[in-house]
Amino acid sequence: MSKVKTGIGRRSFIKSVSLAGGGLIIGFSWLGCARNTEEAEKELGMQMPDEWFELNGYLKIGDNGIVTIYSPNPEIGQNVKTSMPMIVAEELDVDWNNVLVEQAPLNTAIFTRQLAGGSQSIRQGWESLRMAGATARQMLLTAAASQWEVPVSELSVEKGVISHSGSDRTIGYGEIAKAAVKVEVPEEVELKNNGDFKIIGTSRKNVDAKKIVTGQPLYGLDIHRDDMLIAMIVQPPSFGMEFKNMDAEKAKEMPGIKDVFTIDTYPEDMEKEWSDTGAFSKLVVVVGDSTWQVMQAKKALKVEWDLNPEMVKQIEILEKSPGLMDSGGLENSDIHNSLMAQVGSKKSEMIRKDGNPEAAFKNAARVIERSYSCPFLAHNCMEPMNFFANVTGDKAELVGPIQTPEFAEKSINKRLGIDLENIDIQMTRMGGGFGRRLYGHFVIEAAVISQKMGAPIKLVYTREDDMTNGVYRPAYHVTYRAALDGNNNLTGFHVNAGGMSESPLFANRFPAGAIDNYLAESWAVESNISIGAFRAPRSNFIAGAEQSFLDELAEEMGKDPIEFRLDMLKRAKNDPVGENNDYDPARFAGVLELVRDKSGWNNGNSSQSRGVSAYYCHNSYVAQVLDLTLKNNEPVIGKVICAVDCGIVVNPDAAKNMVEGGTIDGIGHGLYSQLSFKDGTPQQSNFDTYRLIRHREAPKQIDVHFIDNGIDPTGLGEPPYPPVIGALANALYKATGKRMYKQPFISELQGDFKT
Amino acid sequence: MAEFNITINGKKLKVDVDPSTPLLWVLRDHLKLVGTKYGCGIAQCGACTVHLNGSAVRSCQIPISSVTDNKVTTIEGLSENGDHPVQEAWLEHDVPQCGYCQAGQIMTAAAFLKSNPKPSDEEIETAMNGNICRCGTYTRIKAAVKTASNSHIV
Repeated sequence: MSKVKTGIGRRSFIKSVSLAGGGLIIGFSWLGCARNTEEAEKELGMQMPDEWFELNGYLKIGDNGIVTIYSPNPEIGQNVKTSMPMIVAEELDVDWNNVLVEQAPLNTAIFTRQLAGGSQSIRQGWESLRMAGATARQMLLTAAASQWEVPVSELSVEKGVISHSGSDRTIGYGEIAKAAVKVEVPEEVELKNNGDFKIIGTSRKNVDAKKIVTGQPLYGLDIHRDDMLIAMIVQPPSFGMEFKNMDAEKAKEMPGIKDVFTIDTYPEDMEKEWSDTGAFSKLVVVVGDSTWQVMQAKKALKVEWDLNPEMVKQIEILEKSPGLMDSGGLENSDIHNSLMAQVGSKKSEMIRKDGNPEAAFKNAARVIERSYSCPFLAHNCMEPMNFFANVTGDKAELVGPIQTPEFAEKSINKRLGIDLENIDIQMTRMGGGFGRRLYGHFVIEAAVISQKMGAPIKLVYTREDDMTNGVYRPAYHVTYRAALDGNNNLTGFHVNAGGMSESPLFANRFPAGAIDNYLAESWAVESNISIGAFRAPRSNFIAGAEQSFLDELAEEMGKDPIEFRLDMLKRAKNDPVGENNDYDPARFAGVLELVRDKSGWNNGNSSQSRGVSAYYCHNSYVAQVLDLTLKNNEPVIGKVICAVDCGIVVNPDAAKNMVEGGTIDGIGHGLYSQLSFKDGTPQQSNFDTYRLIRHREAPKQIDVHFIDNGIDPTGLGEPPYPPVIGALANALYKATGKRMYKQPFISELQGDFKT
Repeated sequence: MAEFNITINGKKLKVDVDPSTPLLWVLRDHLKLVGTKYGCGIAQCGACTVHLNGSAVRSCQIPISSVTDNKVTTIEGLSENGDHPVQEAWLEHDVPQCGYCQAGQIMTAAAFLKSNPKPSDEEIETAMNGNICRCGTYTRIKAAVKTASNSHIV
């Protein structure tokens, strides 16, 4: 057992203990406690308690031993609503079958990081979740010891039942909870040894699964209030344009329409949070009784748009480009691509330099240089952006899908001047996040609309609104150069990476640290197309590019691609170059060795075209081997073998699901998806033109193998995505003899790539 | 606005809406049956799939005026206790990630298995190809459809 100070969550414990006082704690699920209770009784066969006792902000115990655990973080499909409570239940020592899970609302007094992003929920929640369970357990034991007048050390717990070793006395958590509430919160608690885990490391079903498969209301779009109105937006058709004027007369007279007006989501004098990224601040809003009526009224609106001088001014570099002379600053994908290809060499900033790369390239017998690029992408969460808001006087009630509730609360405070304590934010299950819902402009929009209408409203984006609303995965471009000496040894490595309008470079990641002469440079080109984090930001492009380049390099050097990487990792481990390498070479090599063995790489264990790739991001390591064949120039992916090191795996089957999904997501976007622009207008606005991977195109089989090393958990939501694009590119090369340099690869395969 | 008499999940209901209103929005906004999801509005994603006389259809493309006396089944009415073999198989394989598309996937799969109780892998992929899962649960969906097809009671 390890002792851990309870300091981190101290504030929450003190607060909740004084809150609890033995009384009934009202559940704050937006579906209502009563309904949850009723459903639990019916579906789980649980008897609901008469009284609940809250031992800390994370959990409450019923007088019959049923435990409710609040899942603090937003659920976007990464399954934290199951795995976070599992960690609490582990240290609490209860029977998982007696646990009910509820989504916690935003509560910064109790929880430390209520955010879904960076694959950090489990990693950063690990200690506080364990402590929450262990502290409550300790308080329950102390209460039992005091009642029996025996030392705590003579007590043990099994599935929520406390036993005394010196007698045959036992007592359930439910029976002692009332007394435990009065016990002082321990200054220090003991956490279990990994070997004693009974819940962590065992597969537990998604706690919302039954509701999902029976169509129960779970998502923001499912919210309904009797007096609620529906609001929708009309936004500029192009990046670089803004609202000029409108004729709303006809729309206002349409059945069910309450009002048509404009809002300015982010007035110039508002102090923004980082999450306040939105392409269009000024929007036309239509409010009415029902979604279909509002959709019809949107179409009847006549809106005039104008060039936005600020947005056009932003793109100074673009304006110098001949292709933009006549466009008035509205951007085109072909200009993006040619600019990115030209700018890198002229505008780069050196980020890292080891040894003497200039000399290495000067003295090289051979230099291999390759460039890779990718287009903008839209997140395309299946549930379009939406939010419920009810702003009344000095209070705001906000319910819906948001990855960053804490920042949304601050933004609402600044935008509407409502005190933080009067802002109530509740999180619904989300129909996907992928980074899109980090940027909560739609929460502010909903609140501003509700305030203006003086009514509760649900803001709903159509698919087209959602896809053309910006906050895209940037378009990127990277050039790699490798210097080889006369003996085909790698003597220098140069990466020059940038994008519109951020760089994808991670200068301190592999292969930095493994090469004596190394140079990493970075650049960015301004654009008025708004960008944001997209699943595995930056890694989602540069991993595939780098791993394709290393594959080509290995081939040029006459080396096996896995052995080539392992040799470099050996160097990085035994004699690292530089001091800031941000990966662990041994763990990196571990996943490569595992995927090599599991795929039978050395035995030529596949009749299909095979590619390998490995990458480190979000504190975790993933290696993948992908097998495919070609049928009419379309890849048919047979199998992907994944080796993953994310430390302790909390919920193995769910983790496997996440790796399968990330793998398919990476393949889909690398192979099929792009968002292109003509005169500032997105050329894809729905799934008839924007291609997402479908059933037939998914791998026939995905095998997932985890490294079992007992290290505290690291990220999992994002790491499986980036490397698989490299494995795909390398397998496509085997199948076609052609290297893939431009995403989406399907265009290269079918020879119709338009720049 | 006009009154329509429709049969949803075996219940006879009356709604007063514009005749052009798609079945999807009648279900979601007027009947509060929100299990049927909005994803694209143009029959490309399959999130809004329901059964019309047992066949899988895209409810975003069906104006309420054309529903007439056809029997509509939504995810809420697929089974009484959420124990349709396809739903059971979905639970067994713990298919969902975000879960948003899954009602549509289940409705497509349930109608498909009725017409083809013992499908091949390829037939499953083709039948399910119109339903997008943005999280990428395709391999699990296929496994769950296979499990359901072996349950003999679809």
